[in-house]
Amino acid sequence: MYRYDEFDHAFVEARVNQFSDQVARRLSGEISEDAFKPLRLMNGVYLQLHAYMLRVAIPYGTLNSRQMRKLAHIARTYDRGYGHFTTRQNIQYNWPALSDMPAILKELAEVEMHAIQTSGNCIRNVTADHFAGAAADEIADPRPYAEILRQWSSVHPEFSFLPRKFKIAVTGSERDRAAIQVHDIGLQLKKNDQGELGFAVWIGGGQGRTPILAKKIRDFLPEADLLSYTTAIMRVYNLHGRRDNKYKARIKILVHETGVEQLSAEIEAEWAHLKDGELKLPGADIAAINAYFAPPALAPRAEGWGELAAWKKSDPGFAEWVGRNVAPHRHPDYAMVTISLKPIGGIPGDASADQMDAVARLAEEFAHDEIRVTHEQNLVLPHVALADLEPLYRALLTDGLATANAGLITDIIACPGLDYCALANARSIPVAQEISNRFGDPKRQAEIGDLKIKISGCINACGHHHVGHIGILGVEKKGAELYQISLGGSGDEHASIGQITGRGFEPGELTDAIETIVDTYLANRTGAAETFIECYRRIGAGPFKAALYNSESEAA
Amino acid sequence: MKTTQTKTKVLTANRLTDGISVWLGASGEWTTSLKDAFLARHEDAVAAIEAAGQTALADNRVVDVNVIEIEETESGPRPYRLRERIRADGPTIDYAPASAARVSQAA
Ligand code: HEM
Ligand code: SF4
Repeated sequence: MYRYDEFDHAFVEARVNQFSDQVARRLSGEISEDAFKPLRLMNGVYLQLHAYMLRVAIPYGTLNSRQMRKLAHIARTYDRGYGHFTTRQNIQYNWPALSDMPAILKELAEVEMHAIQTSGNCIRNVTADHFAGAAADEIADPRPYAEILRQWSSVHPEFSFLPRKFKIAVTGSERDRAAIQVHDIGLQLKKNDQGELGFAVWIGGGQGRTPILAKKIRDFLPEADLLSYTTAIMRVYNLHGRRDNKYKARIKILVHETGVEQLSAEIEAEWAHLKDGELKLPGADIAAINAYFAPPALAPRAEGWGELAAWKKSDPGFAEWVGRNVAPHRHPDYAMVTISLKPIGGIPGDASADQMDAVARLAEEFAHDEIRVTHEQNLVLPHVALADLEPLYRALLTDGLATANAGLITDIIACPGLDYCALANARSIPVAQEISNRFGDPKRQAEIGDLKIKISGCINACGHHHVGHIGILGVEKKGAELYQISLGGSGDEHASIGQITGRGFEPGELTDAIETIVDTYLANRTGAAETFIECYRRIGAGPFKAALYNSESEAA
Repeated sequence: MKTTQTKTKVLTANRLTDGISVWLGASGEWTTSLKDAFLARHEDAVAAIEAAGQTALADNRVVDVNVIEIEETESGPRPYRLRERIRADGPTIDYAPASAARVSQAA
């Protein structure tokens, strides 16, 4: 994995010192809140309902055990013993004191972590496929390119005050596990006919109050042109993106208002000046960054095949967990393991300090010291020998981390909502908990199959509700919480934006409404092989709306 | 002096040092419990807490100062808005098994 060089260390240390000084001056009253607020936001510090919040970047979702232990230590020492993993592959602490921020950031810097560019109108933490470097279906590891983008974009003077925040996601295979079509720039690694590596480039995706899917503006961009082309996109956006209205400031609106043909022509024109200049990536540089991400040496462990079959036979719980949470690795003797942070009735994405320590220990013992954070708010051990799955499972069980629900109806994404967030209209977490409890029975979940529920507590859509198969959006109506349901969204390579079903539901009605939707699916599917989203796409919203609202109109 | 009756109001903010939610108490101190907040029942009183808020902001003791409306109930002041009720009572979920230790330690 990437290691800081001298420059990185000095850069992060300088930033910690600078911000420590700013905090000290704020606490002594030398600078006002108005002056301080943009400074704290540049360092990931927000003010929430009950306390400050610190958002720590986890670049492309990759951690080692030392870093995970540090996150646990921070949770224990400076917070209330837990943290929240988010859809942006970050971790948020909900209770740190402002006066502790310098100490926290100093501790993070010790393990090559920081909170820079986790807020503000800059290029945010670059996200990537959480199975990067391990997935059987991968063309190339997206993380080296995410790292190149990170180095280039960190405190980039030209792109530190953009019209609005800017999010880039990179995926390394056809299957999009990074939701690239709802990012400002989405990059998909691929090979051309000559076997050379490059990217399909998408721009203008986004969620929030105006959800829009990205448009592909290039089918193949050679890897050497990554930075020059991205710079061209950023320049055109920086120049034309709207600064008059914060709700129209994202690149998605520029793409929408200008038209993708005209905009990509402008990008190409800008790129013509840049492409053979200093931003062209030398092959040696790409190779040097790639070397940091060289996969661990995975010794053959063929004995795992036989053992796995025997263990599955003797322990149905283990078999179920393998069926849901274990995915094929490109090395046939290994697997990728999803550690669910969605215990039945639990808080999506929350992990206690003890759980973080446990994951760190298990990563060392069984997974070549690598951990990933997924945008679905789970953790991943990307390199586990089949022969180690059973002991790993036993250990996860003890720490409450073996819930076998990856991709199922209880694997819910939920933003912090009104329990923490100052912008929220309604709560998200209790909604997720109630749905999880209702559908928690393993048999029932298995029968329902793949189904993604995503919940946001306001239209900012941090919980990705627009791309949930079932999306739930909290709104405030006459001072009370109300929830709108949308159906048919998807954040993968067949991305779509969900459609609102109709009038919203009160908190007490919502879980019943979700159950009605699920029952409608079960009654209409051609068989267990037809997933919820496939069924929805075949039969449309009609039957679901009828089930949700018809009895009502009859009664009226 | 005669002033107009209004909905009862209290002054709330977050403490500068740690961001914890606080309410202005009767003797001008900031309290972490809404129960101990000073209840402004008349326009003059509301003007007074607003002025106190501006002073505290200028003194860098608190941030995000707001006057909010509450209902006086038998069990104490109850904000009209759910948001403010959650600020007063904390998250509505059992959020951190380990929290009790840390809180008692901090107290
Ligand atoms: C202090 C708490 C938070 C604040 C103030 C906040 C603020 C916002 C705002 C204002 C937007 C809308 C941006 C736009 O439409 O231009 C947004 C979008 C988003 N946020 Fe948050 N957010 C918070 C927490 C989170 C959390 C916890 C996550 C991850 C779980 C997250 C991930 C996202 C994502 C994925 C989007 C939508 C993607 C997009 O930018 O189009 N945010 N957030
Ligand atoms: S979606 Fe709204 S409520 Fe949820 S975290 Fe984002 S801003 Fe807060």
